[in-house]
Amino acid sequence: MTSKHHLEAAGISLSYGSNTVVEHLDLGIEPGRITSIVGANGCGKSTLLKAFARLLTPREGSVLLDGKALQQRPSRVLARVLGLLPQSPIAPEGITVADLVGRGRHPHQGAFNRWSAQDYQAVANALETTGTAGLADRSVDELSGGQRQRVWIAMALAQETDILLLDEPTTYLDLTHQIEVLDLLTDLNRTQGTTIVMVLHDLALAARYSDVLVALKNGDVLATGTPREVLTPELIREVFALDCEVMEDPISGAPLILPKGKHHVR
Amino acid sequence: MSALQGTAAAIRSGRQRKLLRSGVTVAIMLLALITIAAVSLMLGRTSYSPGEVLAVIFGETVPGASFTVGELRLPRVLTGLLAGFAFGAAGSTFQTMLRNPLASPDIIGVSAGAGAFAVTGIIMLSMTETAVSFFALGGALVTAVSIYLLSNRRGFTGARFILIGIGVAAMMQSIISYVLTSAPSWQIHTAMQWLSGSLNGASWEKLGPLTAAFAVCVPILLLCARSLEMLRIGDETATGLGVQVRPVRILLIVSAVTLLAFATAATGPIAFVAFMAGPIAARIMPPGASLVIPAGFVGALLVLVSDFAGQYLFGERYPVGVITGVLGAPYLILLLIRINRAGTTV
Repeated sequence: MTSKHHLEAAGISLSYGSNTVVEHLDLGIEPGRITSIVGANGCGKSTLLKAFARLLTPREGSVLLDGKALQQRPSRVLARVLGLLPQSPIAPEGITVADLVGRGRHPHQGAFNRWSAQDYQAVANALETTGTAGLADRSVDELSGGQRQRVWIAMALAQETDILLLDEPTTYLDLTHQIEVLDLLTDLNRTQGTTIVMVLHDLALAARYSDVLVALKNGDVLATGTPREVLTPELIREVFALDCEVMEDPISGAPLILPKGKHHVR
Repeated sequence: MSALQGTAAAIRSGRQRKLLRSGVTVAIMLLALITIAAVSLMLGRTSYSPGEVLAVIFGETVPGASFTVGELRLPRVLTGLLAGFAFGAAGSTFQTMLRNPLASPDIIGVSAGAGAFAVTGIIMLSMTETAVSFFALGGALVTAVSIYLLSNRRGFTGARFILIGIGVAAMMQSIISYVLTSAPSWQIHTAMQWLSGSLNGASWEKLGPLTAAFAVCVPILLLCARSLEMLRIGDETATGLGVQVRPVRILLIVSAVTLLAFATAATGPIAFVAFMAGPIAARIMPPGASLVIPAGFVGALLVLVSDFAGQYLFGERYPVGVITGVLGAPYLILLLIRINRAGTTV
């Protein structure tokens, strides 16, 4: 199964009130690939993801799914194609893992919450894939940060969408769990062909786990391409105002960035 | 059987257990409601047998009972049922939507708004009882709309809604105090009686508007119950799952406030019922269950039991609002202590 859906920003301008964050931005998302949006704090990467996730309506232009503006599609239909994991979702008090993951089935169900065999199948599959089946009856409150993030990803998986948008899925996690989450997303991309678009803070992880990088500065796309194409010392200086050297990561072959700070430089 | 099928089967049985537990809990509450309603109809200064009460309900003329039960107790019990359900369902809708137990209409000023208008109507405008009811209704709606508009600038946030609501509640309280201090003493009594929330004035005429509002608003709340449940995982996550957050939120606010306003107009603000019903229902229902109906049942139970207790349990007769107030105030303190302990903010 490969992703057939095309997501594309066409000349979008995004603003909060009178504060414009992004102006006339064009960006096509490659189907079936993992795309990471990187950039300094406040460059508009989360805002851009919000527009792709229809949480923010562009002031100008539109985000198109298969050529048609998101705002013109019924939200339930859209939710069967486009999944979203926000940065800080809220787990209701006392809710069980199975119940929370089951909510991912909402766009597939009718008005009266009748569960079909397919719903049970999808939830079971999501729990197994994320390794959280053993936690199904536990309360989400009791879980560790890493377990909780896997449960949220399971909810997004249960939604069974072709495209999955994630806003900093590795924040608040320790290194082990960061790798675990990114491995999980890569598995998903490779086995199901899911298109993944995420905002990532950590350049090293973004370089290793992405097929495509989008470098953003002040709401403009400075470069898109493979990590190798994008992560050059010149571009990193421009995007992050930081001098660095780039070498090959001996483990993955991806670019490895060595920042040069003020101190500890030979 | 593969691991996947096993997991699916386990989820299915877990979900069925939960549905069964929800069903049994709601059935027990319904039974308790019928019992307290029957007791309230039968017992009193003069008691009547179940047969006599049923005869009155089916329209037969029974000497004595036709008036006491038919004209006094029956409208009183029905008003208590509908108003209690309305307070509970509306309160829990607000609390669930804003993900905060403090977001109840009696804390965020909607009830106080109704009270301020009612007191102004009674004392300054010398309105009739029916006119006061509608004026109070207007007060609740105006207050809710102003809180919403004030908190909706630059995007809606629940915390802002609650804080502005608490501010508006204080303003409305000060209007109530001001009007009361300028009133002649004989009118203060009427006003205080309205403010304390009571079923004493219940009549068939006053039941009409409440029933109509109930018939319109409760089905809307039930239709939105699933979307409301989805809002608990955050507005953004809910949007991602296909919930139309803004329209749902506006529909929920309008129907919950209308329901609450009509109930308040019929009985006065019965203290803390809207505030307590949701959390009590959340405690007895399995986690993650929809709370609209359970909270409504808890609200109706609170009102009917408190009213019965207020009338007959003590030497003197107390209005129902005094009893629920005595129950609710410690709960508010407990809740604030808990929030403080958890180190979370409003």
